[in-house]
Amino acid sequence: MVWSILVFLALLVAVVVGVFLFGVAIYNGLVGFRNRVKNGWSQIDVQLKRRHDLIPNLVETAKGYMQHERETFIRVTEARAKAMGAGAGSPREVGQAETGLSDALAKFLLTVENYPELKANENFLRLQEELTSTENRIAYARQAYNDDVLLLNNKIEMFPSNIVAGMFQFHKAEFFQIEDVTERKAPQVKF
Amino acid sequence: MWELIESNKRRSQWIFFALFLILAVLGGLIGASFIEPYGAWWGVGIAVAFALILGAVAYWAGDDIVMSVGRATRINKETSPQLYNIVEEMQIAAGFGRMPEVYIVADDAMNAFATGVRPEKSAIAVTAGLLDHLSRDELQGVVAHEMSHIVNRDVLFMTFSGVLLGSITMLSEGFLRGFAFTGGGSRRSRLGSSSRSHPAIMIAALVFALLAPLLARIFYFAVSRKREYLADATAVRLTRYPEGLASALEKLAVGPMSLEHYNRFTAPLFIVDPQETGPDGARKSALFSAGSTHPPVHERIQILRKLSGAGFRDYQSVFMKVKKEAELIPDRMLRDKSAVPLRAPSSDASPVGAGPEKMAAKMDKLRDIGNILMATGGFLFLPCECGLRMKVPQTLGKTSVPCPRCGRILILPSVTAGVVHLGSEAKKKDDPTDEPPSVYERKSDGWESFSCRCGYPIHLSPLFRSTAVTCRNCGRSIDIR
Repeated sequence: MVWSILVFLALLVAVVVGVFLFGVAIYNGLVGFRNRVKNGWSQIDVQLKRRHDLIPNLVETAKGYMQHERETFIRVTEARAKAMGAGAGSPREVGQAETGLSDALAKFLLTVENYPELKANENFLRLQEELTSTENRIAYARQAYNDDVLLLNNKIEMFPSNIVAGMFQFHKAEFFQIEDVTERKAPQVKF
Repeated sequence: MWELIESNKRRSQWIFFALFLILAVLGGLIGASFIEPYGAWWGVGIAVAFALILGAVAYWAGDDIVMSVGRATRINKETSPQLYNIVEEMQIAAGFGRMPEVYIVADDAMNAFATGVRPEKSAIAVTAGLLDHLSRDELQGVVAHEMSHIVNRDVLFMTFSGVLLGSITMLSEGFLRGFAFTGGGSRRSRLGSSSRSHPAIMIAALVFALLAPLLARIFYFAVSRKREYLADATAVRLTRYPEGLASALEKLAVGPMSLEHYNRFTAPLFIVDPQETGPDGARKSALFSAGSTHPPVHERIQILRKLSGAGFRDYQSVFMKVKKEAELIPDRMLRDKSAVPLRAPSSDASPVGAGPEKMAAKMDKLRDIGNILMATGGFLFLPCECGLRMKVPQTLGKTSVPCPRCGRILILPSVTAGVVHLGSEAKKKDDPTDEPPSVYERKSDGWESFSCRCGYPIHLSPLFRSTAVTCRNCGRSIDIR
């Protein structure tokens, strides 16, 4: 009788310890995912700042050549100010503001096509490469971030990690979207 | 991404284990056939120690060795901003913690490779030839492929299994050579040992020494080729633009020059196997491709061109269609069913250039000038169906010439074929509107050439169907009948 109680207690302890260790593993995994998402977001932030810093240079260089395009400059500058203002907001707010900036920049670059002298300017070429690269970086940082967000959100929703996530108040992360003008117009590839 | 790394690691461990086992058994059998009574253990110990020492060298100094064999120079953001930018973009896309070092190999051949046994010491190297010929999108594809090797931990696998493979080959070759030299029988007297091994062990050692390198190579190549496809799939996932990598591979495959500085150990690291192009740039026969570390380039291109999305799922399904093989990408990676759209090409199509972009522009200009000189010097410009434009001297003295890219036989125009029916020559030359129309009558279905009134040579290809041609020199219109 005593023996059977002991065995039962031992089993109980084993199960409790096992569940506890399992929970710890899930918790650590969740923390890892959350940190990846945080890190991904700061990566996007870095690249967005990069873009904001690039625009004054770009506008300065282009102004000399494009005197009749004041509206375009104003639109870009305003969009930049708006995007910088949204810097501390949620991914959705930042995304909206940055979409505005992307739009303005795309229109600006379209206008540049009419100024061959500007397009030949060495300084402008360098800035244009920087801009291209920055746009790519934003796109790729967003890609990596959204992948991580999906992983975290799946973990938070799926059993059994959803129990741990509920206990320790892990919140689902928000996806980051910039409506890319070129992306929207991307032609359908057919084979 | 990290699921792929995990599954790669697991597979690598299996291959390591298998290769290690082969090495140990080989060492044991060789030892047992030489020394009694503890020969087998001596053999195992020595073989394993040998591989461990080589592995340690590869781990601590391998990257530097590869870079020095490849004659690579390190660059930074100031010296070649576009290349550096592209690498950084891919680093961000891969979510890789550290920016790899970037190197340029001073070589006109088109190739690229990645090193980094330890991820924190990774580097990507591209040749100067690559920068001269690839556009931004294409270079991005190549860099993405190399970045994939780094993040998928392929370099680690390639290096260590290469070391194990090398050890096995060396050990069995040494044994077989020694055996042939001593004739097997005299070994007892040479060692002066009274105890001798069982003949069955001798035979087993012999057979295994013959089989082991083959077996190891099959293991190694099967996995290393799969890694190339996986790196392509990952690259597409990173760039979302398969056409970039596809057209880059196309250019790499037909690149006229082969790489000068590589060796057998560094060859698997390149994006296309430098061993597969001979010194004259000709492709080696299909026989060689069986032992190749890289899958055939045309198959890789075929898969990339058929992709309709950038996800691993898309790659997997096309891979299965093209290769008729079952699994490439681990199931865990395919769980994510969300569609990954492709992106549009970037507008910048000019080559990247080794230095600032001006260099590339200058090269283009030089090439244009060269073309003009060649045109005036009587060179023909022969367009091939594969898109290549050949410059052929008119004095070649042959009637046909093979295309260096696709091998099609192109028929050369015979320069003496025709003469223009000229109207009366009395009119003023300065006023082309007044002169009677120039007429040329075709005589055959093949190439025909004649000179315009201004003396400029005009060539009609067999495909020419129009009723008139405009002289590119003076702008006259010539009727063709």
